[in-house]
Amino acid sequence: MTTASQTWLIFRRAMRLSLRNPVWVIIGLVQPILYLALFGPLLERVASTPGFPAGDSWQVFVPGLLVQLGIFGAAFVGFGLVAELRAGVVERMRVTPASRAALLGGRVLRDVVVLLVQGALLTVTAVAFGLRAPIGGVLLGLVVVALLGAAFASASYAAALRLGTEDALASLLNTLAVPLLLLSGILLPMSLAPGWLRTVSDANPLKHVVDGVRALFLGELGSPTVVWGVVAVLGLVAAGVAFGTRTFGRESS
Amino acid sequence: MIEARGLTRSFKTRERVVGAVRGVDIDVGQGEIVGFLGPNGAGKTTTQRMLTTLLAPSAGSARVVGYDLAREAIDVRRRIGYVAQSGGTEPEARVGEELVDHGRLYGLSEAEAAARGAALLERLDLQDSWERLVKTLSGGQRRRLDIALGLIHEPPLLFLDEPTSGLDPQARANLWAHIRALRAEHGVTVFLTTHYLEEADTLCDRILVIDEGLIVAQGPPEELKRGLAGDVVALTTLDVEDAGRAALVLEARSGASAPEVEGVVVRFHLPSAADGLPQVFRALDDADIAPVGVEVHRPTLDDVFLSLTGRALRDEPVAA
Repeated sequence: MTTASQTWLIFRRAMRLSLRNPVWVIIGLVQPILYLALFGPLLERVASTPGFPAGDSWQVFVPGLLVQLGIFGAAFVGFGLVAELRAGVVERMRVTPASRAALLGGRVLRDVVVLLVQGALLTVTAVAFGLRAPIGGVLLGLVVVALLGAAFASASYAAALRLGTEDALASLLNTLAVPLLLLSGILLPMSLAPGWLRTVSDANPLKHVVDGVRALFLGELGSPTVVWGVVAVLGLVAAGVAFGTRTFGRESS
Repeated sequence: MIEARGLTRSFKTRERVVGAVRGVDIDVGQGEIVGFLGPNGAGKTTTQRMLTTLLAPSAGSARVVGYDLAREAIDVRRRIGYVAQSGGTEPEARVGEELVDHGRLYGLSEAEAAARGAALLERLDLQDSWERLVKTLSGGQRRRLDIALGLIHEPPLLFLDEPTSGLDPQARANLWAHIRALRAEHGVTVFLTTHYLEEADTLCDRILVIDEGLIVAQGPPEELKRGLAGDVVALTTLDVEDAGRAALVLEARSGASAPEVEGVVVRFHLPSAADGLPQVFRALDDADIAPVGVEVHRPTLDDVFLSLTGRALRDEPVAA
């Protein structure tokens, strides 16, 4: 059995279990829609502030929400793995000859598919609120978000495997989440920020991913902003997947 | 089936390196049921996790089903089943799905995995549970499902970690019968850990006793018990003074081990109570001591463990 077919097997199993109890998928979707409904209208006024980037407020805001969904939807998947660890499922799979990469990859694939469905629904809902953007740019934006999700899901699984408890994972995520969120310009674009804050946020790859998706939503497909965003997300995928496969491959974890 | 030499595993804690398993040699032959007996924390699970490729040994080597543990881990995995103490089933999954998916991870086709899964459920008295959610199974049923999962690829060697802990006596006896049948009908070799003496005694052909990371004794349960000088005799005397005097009389006699006094009870070993007791009574009578009660029992593995380690099996392990 090849690694690809093992990945598919783990994906099918994970997807089946997610669909059997879809409450987390729904919660993950409701939150961005709440942002859309309750935070989005505030931005229509802010959009006239000097320094606000080009495009209408929805073209700025919706990419931010998608990236947020990509990060946080995926960063929390580790909790599911902690439950599987506790039930002994992970260990049972680890004594089989199955490829360790497939055990990780199948789960990540499930998360990416869930994320794409959530992202598509969010985008369609945003159109109802007033989003207008070129379809090609939006689709590419969703691809970037899916890659981002793959990076964070892999890292989250690896962290879960190393930490082993919900408590430890929760404190790690809480420590990382707020600074990453504030320094990425997800909610308000960093072009509004004072110089020092902008410099700090430039070091955050997520900021470039958000900017890249925003540029895609404006239809600037070949712009340097998009290129930097893609470079940043590919870098994150490489790092996340490397961390994930290394951890899953370790003999003693 | 198993041939381990000097298997060692140490963990680093904040202050020092702790040896959980300190160099064990294990040999298990084809078709044996071997029990790995020891208190919690003795290193049973750690050793088993090394032998099942889940944990890399710090030192030592082993061949499992003919393959080298370190260099041929995948070949080992293909040929062993492992049932962890905590089990390994997803509560929200259906029984049939778990069996088929697990079989597929070993490279079985969907149809083959389903056929074998159904046959295993039948054999383990779980027929009609194919469509049930795992969380609706009882503890004993879930344990049998775990074993079915461990057998889906028909491994010649099955590892069981505390297979009956947490089960009621009826479910335990039932599981023992299933494990015996596996060996009788399919020639499966079983290597199990347990901290139940009764389990080691009734189920296993051979026992390895592990304590503080070292194997302190091994052999068939009968042999281990026989190695412990004869029968255990407990005499009850009229009062504490008589007990003390009886101990002195017994000490003066050859053939009995040093007696232990506990209140009015004097406990000692005899090579054979049937032959030795009459003389003991005569000697006591000469000393004007009349015992009010006598109890003789064959040594249990409890006694074996106590004499090997100086601690009862159910004692807490010495603070590590």
